[in-house]
Amino acid sequence: MLGNGLLKGLTETARNFFGSYVDKDRLTTIQYPEERAPRIEASRNFPFLVYDGTDPQAGLRCVSCLICEKECPPKCIFIEKSTDKKPDAVGKPQFYPTRFNIDVSVCMSCQICVEVCPFDAIKMDNDFEASATGRFSDLLWTKERLAKSNEYYHHIHPTEAADVDAVLAAARAKAAAPRPPAPSAPGGAPEK
Amino acid sequence: MSAIAEFPSAAHLTPSSDGDSQLLEVSMGPQHPSTHGVFRMDVVLDGETVVKLKPIFGYLHRNHEKIAEDETYLGSMPYTDRLDYFCSLTNNWAYALAVETLAGVQVPERAQYLRVITAELTRLQNHASLIGFLMQDMGASGTPLMYAFREREKILDLFEALTGARMMCNYMRFGGCRVDLPAGWLEQAKQVVAAFPRFLDQYESLLAGNEILMARTQGVGVLSRELAINAGITGPVLRACGVNYDLRKVDKYGIYDRFNFRIPLGDHGDVYDRYMIRVLEMRESIKILEQAMRDLPEGPITDPKTKVRNFRPKPGEAYGRIEAPKGELGFYLISDGTPNPYRYRVRPPSLINLTVLEDMCLGRNIADVVIILGSIDIVMGEVDR
Repeated sequence: MLGNGLLKGLTETARNFFGSYVDKDRLTTIQYPEERAPRIEASRNFPFLVYDGTDPQAGLRCVSCLICEKECPPKCIFIEKSTDKKPDAVGKPQFYPTRFNIDVSVCMSCQICVEVCPFDAIKMDNDFEASATGRFSDLLWTKERLAKSNEYYHHIHPTEAADVDAVLAAARAKAAAPRPPAPSAPGGAPEK
Repeated sequence: MSAIAEFPSAAHLTPSSDGDSQLLEVSMGPQHPSTHGVFRMDVVLDGETVVKLKPIFGYLHRNHEKIAEDETYLGSMPYTDRLDYFCSLTNNWAYALAVETLAGVQVPERAQYLRVITAELTRLQNHASLIGFLMQDMGASGTPLMYAFREREKILDLFEALTGARMMCNYMRFGGCRVDLPAGWLEQAKQVVAAFPRFLDQYESLLAGNEILMARTQGVGVLSRELAINAGITGPVLRACGVNYDLRKVDKYGIYDRFNFRIPLGDHGDVYDRYMIRVLEMRESIKILEQAMRDLPEGPITDPKTKVRNFRPKPGEAYGRIEAPKGELGFYLISDGTPNPYRYRVRPPSLINLTVLEDMCLGRNIADVVIILGSIDIVMGEVDR
């Protein structure tokens, strides 16, 4: 009969409509600002700089090696290297960035800066509520805005941060021991 | 008619034989909601019949290939996500395959399986949303598209849990994949895949017997087998004409020779066949996914000899191609031994499938043009690059 297929389709629509009152799986949307979907741990948005301790600027792990600036595909990172040195996360005297800017309107969240960083200093944030009105005043993030604590990193990416901490602790132990007779750190950092 | 006067390029066209009608040149797009992106068609009409159709594109040109010549090999990987933004993982794979051929990199077993799993999930979500868009073009506003997007979102959640992004995954690396599966991912993926046939059945009872769908798609936009082969058409559009050509079977790239699956073929090459081919392909993808997730071995996911930084392949050239959801996606690379490619060229399936649009539309109504375009499955990010 002509119209049979049409009716069959409409039955499906009706089943979906009335099903949404009984089956929670059919309700796939949420009322966003009030309700929030659970955050996915691996989710990434824009990079931030990790610091240890309490002082956001003195504790930055970044040693201003300029690798991320060079490797960044859209070239959104700008770093100015210091002239003097200060102790880094492991305790060695290192340079530090006097300026570290990321133009997040250019950043494409590809995570390559994180992959190439040998010091675990730059990581991906998952804070997506970063809308702003000023193109340069609000979207050019300086190192004051980018600095976030290691505790925050543990909060957003617990598994990854635990791995990074283990690697850093091993490196610190190696640096603290004057001349260890045997290699104390287990071989090699996990490759990201 | 004043409309002709406004389009000087139509002035040479003669009115049709009965004498009392005049040709009308209509510009469809670039903001037309049914043109799948910023795409324009210059259509010449005799009444409602299409006499001439010229696709005009380039509005989304981003200089992808030239930028890649200044980037490192790794630096181009996130840009490939943005070619066909529905299928970033298959784009990653095609590019990784080209670089691996160029540099002679071996991919570990587990990474091969992860690539197959992510690529077939990509195919599922691409085909599901394409069918939704096709129905939207036919005027079934909302319902089929939203049903498809509901399923697609589950797959995108899987992508986010694995790669960190829903669409711009940037997941594959030369000689493997970036990260291993997080805890519980495989179980979740198995659930999504196991529930997918139910969605397809539901979709079929929603649409397959629908008289309006049949009337609007059967016999519309017929593409002959000869023309499809001569024009270099690939993917579901080619297979809908009955040509048995699927790179997963022809090239057996990756580990596709280990899986038991079939290639669905169409017969008439019309819009209905192209729609059905996609439904059947999704069912075959589910078979591949089930086998791949069952056999997934333990082991490393990257080749330890491949460096992330300072990656310099030896001078030479390579072409890597895969069966992307839209057709044959290929990357052609020439290396001169420096960290960035000397030449980088993409063979986008959408662009080449678009070249037969006029042949399929001639003699049809203007309303059919929209459906025919929708059935080719184009993404402007890939057409314009």
